[in-house]
Amino acid sequence: MLRSAVAAEDAAAKSPAPQVVNDFNIQVATVNGSGSQAANLVLFRSIFQMGIPVSGKNLFPSNIAGLPTWYTIRASKDGYVARKREIDVLVAMNADTARDDVLGLEPGAAVVYDDPMELNALRDDLFFYPVPFDKLIADVCSDAKLRRLVRNVIYDGVLAKLLNISRDQIEMALTKQLGRKVKALALNQAALKSGYDYADEHLTKQDPFVLEPMNQTSGKILIDGNAAAALGAMMAGVTVVAWYPITPSSSLCETLIDYMGKYRIDKETGKATFAVVQAEDEIAAIGMTLGAGWAGARAMTSTSGPGISLMAEFTGLGYYAEVPAVIFDVQRVGPSTGLPTRTAQGDVLSTAVLSHGDTKHLLLLPSSAGECYSMSLKAFDLAERFQTPVFVLSDLDLGMNSWMSEPFEYPTEPLDRGKLLDAETLERLGEWGRYKDVDGDGIAYRSLPGDGMPAYFCRGSGHDSEAHYSERPEDYEENLKRLTTKFDTARDAVPGPVIEREGEGLVGVLAYGSSHWAVLESCDQLNQEAGLALTYCRLRAFPFNGDLTTFIDRCERVYVVEQNRDAQMLSLMRMELTAERIAKLRSVLYFGGLPIDARSITDEILAREGHELAPPNSA
Amino acid sequence: MGTTASSPRKKVNRIGLELQPYRGRKTTLCAGCGHNAISERIIDAFFEMGIEPSRVIKLSGIGCSSKSPAYFLGGAHGFNGVHGRMPSIGTGAILANRKMIAIGMSGDGDTGAIGIGQFVHLMRRNLPIIYIIEDNGCYGLTKGQFSPTADLGSKRKTGVVNDLPPVDTCALAIELGASFVARSFSGDKKQLTAVLKAALSHRGTAMVDVISPCVTFNDHVGSTKSYAYARDHDEPLGEINFVPYFEEIDIDYEPGSTQVVKMHDGSQLLLKKLEADYDPTDRLEALRVLHETSRRDEFATGVIYVEPDKIDFIEVLNLVEEPLATLPLERVRPAKAAFDEIMEGHR
Ligand SMILES: Cc1ncc(C[n+]2csc(CCOP(=O)(O)OP(=O)(O)O)c2C)c(N)n1
Ligand code: SF4
Ligand SMILES: [Mg+2]
Repeated sequence: MLRSAVAAEDAAAKSPAPQVVNDFNIQVATVNGSGSQAANLVLFRSIFQMGIPVSGKNLFPSNIAGLPTWYTIRASKDGYVARKREIDVLVAMNADTARDDVLGLEPGAAVVYDDPMELNALRDDLFFYPVPFDKLIADVCSDAKLRRLVRNVIYDGVLAKLLNISRDQIEMALTKQLGRKVKALALNQAALKSGYDYADEHLTKQDPFVLEPMNQTSGKILIDGNAAAALGAMMAGVTVVAWYPITPSSSLCETLIDYMGKYRIDKETGKATFAVVQAEDEIAAIGMTLGAGWAGARAMTSTSGPGISLMAEFTGLGYYAEVPAVIFDVQRVGPSTGLPTRTAQGDVLSTAVLSHGDTKHLLLLPSSAGECYSMSLKAFDLAERFQTPVFVLSDLDLGMNSWMSEPFEYPTEPLDRGKLLDAETLERLGEWGRYKDVDGDGIAYRSLPGDGMPAYFCRGSGHDSEAHYSERPEDYEENLKRLTTKFDTARDAVPGPVIEREGEGLVGVLAYGSSHWAVLESCDQLNQEAGLALTYCRLRAFPFNGDLTTFIDRCERVYVVEQNRDAQMLSLMRMELTAERIAKLRSVLYFGGLPIDARSITDEILAREGHELAPPNSA
Repeated sequence: MGTTASSPRKKVNRIGLELQPYRGRKTTLCAGCGHNAISERIIDAFFEMGIEPSRVIKLSGIGCSSKSPAYFLGGAHGFNGVHGRMPSIGTGAILANRKMIAIGMSGDGDTGAIGIGQFVHLMRRNLPIIYIIEDNGCYGLTKGQFSPTADLGSKRKTGVVNDLPPVDTCALAIELGASFVARSFSGDKKQLTAVLKAALSHRGTAMVDVISPCVTFNDHVGSTKSYAYARDHDEPLGEINFVPYFEEIDIDYEPGSTQVVKMHDGSQLLLKKLEADYDPTDRLEALRVLHETSRRDEFATGVIYVEPDKIDFIEVLNLVEEPLATLPLERVRPAKAAFDEIMEGHR
């Protein structure tokens, strides 16, 4: 019996749906370890090639094989790239989750599924497309072992046909995705074709979701934040890298290793202009980074929350001894097992004041792949300029998912290596003290081992301005005050907040990092649905500067959007701002571990504003 | 010969420096602390080897022992880190500037307890560094608690007996692939200086565990790390003579009685055998000697194991000759064409 779109016909009969062009959300539900990632990226890439703004998000378990995993691909003619909660097209490949996946859909969604699961029996308000994957793959691939790997490519073919992606486009995406794996190409092409042909011959398009070519992506690149950060580090001239593997930060150093192996080998000697050490743990990783930074190298490490905890003591030493270091923190959800492969902005507070004693650190807050690159470059300059550890707070969503981006710019600025003592400076100063503030900006001159300048003894909290051991209260206080001066100098050197949207009323919204995309979309939703035009200010770094207070002063109230439970950025502002300004701040929090979506923000702000504003005049 | 004094009053070494630049600030450790004697031997060794202090980086963790870098080579660059983590700081610093000569000072607590992980991995990597453990069997700086090198049955002043077996840092280091492993005693001036000079001519990690009594907390009857106990139970593996590469051998020895080990820089280590067939280039032999002496409640001293030509971490990483720290921009920032190629790959 040909069951294609049986229920769908019913559904279609009930409500003939108008076409939805370039504005829907696809979710592929598979089992991890089944090679689905490649198939998903082919689909993602083909939409990108068609010139349609697209975003892809991998919602995966902390497991190597056998647990459910979802990949969502959002096509958005309006350029929205945040996660969208509602699924419009489901590809149900995982028998364990298929039932829940289908029951969770909004009416009118389309479902491509593995035929034997008989999902069409579950609901009659969806468009069902059964596909006999096992039968199709058996025809394509005689080797049972290989079947598992190419089986998923079949749904690429089916969706290409159903969603109106041309054969050429999807094949091109497949070729690009497989790259040098020429051997695998023929088999994958055959699988793709079999899916496409099957859909062509057996499935009748009933759902409204279609793709049409646009020209919104030409010239753009696709890159994940970790690769972007790695590229920034290489272009910043990083020379010592120490790291310990952890999701979601591993791919940052792994990509860096690939880049460096290719582009940072000395042509004449064949030797490396860098050292990468996979350390024994994150304590060693930060220790190596600080040792290298002290000796004058541009040094970095990359980690996630658990590693940050282990780096606490050393980071404080870096702060007090004034040693440059760049620490990438690709944030994820809390400790131990559970949600290590889910995203969060949970390390804002812990990194800002990491360690014991009076410590505070510079934080850079990239929102895009482009900023993962540019802030990575910037972080090395800041670390050396301010002779202190600098954190770049990315997150899993930003770091591990592919994002559309304008191509990055080749850096033209020289490196800022900060205040290094040289013969001329030494003569000018007359006498040098490693921790002496001679310029009034809190930053002292440092010498490096081997530079021919006077040596000093670097140590933690107890030293005077000459770097001699001291436990005198006056010396300690003076030093702490100078460190405060230095921190204040940094306020205007770090990237300042930017006004992303000029609103009309007195309501503002403040966000940072990967929340940016959902907030942009939410601003539009609020405007469209309630005539609420918020002014949106995006934070790009800690410490804050006057632009933040100017923004708050312009507003009557400000919604601070964060992906954590405890309003960590707001708490940080509480430490720095006046009570009057703090009183204007309200939190909008999301902490479910998936990338934040616009609807959650919009609904919350609407509810809160409902009490304070005239009722929305929209329908 | 370089060490010939130019005048009887002002002794200078082969690079024309007096002893003064090799000294550090005045020690703040207890009078009689073994660590002070070790600082003195370090001063001697660097002086006699004619090493410019500004070419040296001194690293340490936390403990009385880790304070000692302040008390020698005042003109050297120093970094006093956090407890147990000297190895990682040293690793980063040396990778940043391979031209520097590194000496890391640690304690038996700093290395054997909190820092054992970093110790283990540093030994595996054969990082070029002299790694000294000032081993007093206790935590001096926190007032005398047992450390992991305290012997089973050793007593604290309070009478409390240690009921756990010790970590033998030398055996562990050999097991982990360390390429120069020695043990000495802070009270044995001649041997310790020779061992340190040999360490200075070694390429890769030179791990030197020095029994260094804590006069304040662990120098009483019943302690196995007291001066008296150390003197009685020190079992030198043989008489050591070190002949640096810049000197001629002028020591007579009977063939067969002395083993000559050629160090990587051309210096020679002459080991006059006491243990009839002891060969310090034989790893199993070295472990055997360590186990046998400790079973007799003795501790073997001298160069216990040496593998002069083992490749070090710098070579493993295939680093350029120049210090990474100061490579100019054009060598660390790939050209525009390379950048464009990467961008193109992401289209
Ligand atoms: C993280 C941390 N834990 C504990 C201490 C306290 N502490 C300081 S020195 C020390 C032990 C030092 O013993 P050892 O390394 O043997 O050095 P010694 O003083 O005996 O030379 C301890 C536990 C510390 N400084 N840091
Ligand atoms: S307490 Fe012990 S180890 Fe510390 S300085 Fe005094 S004698 Fe030396
Ligand atoms: Mg000790």
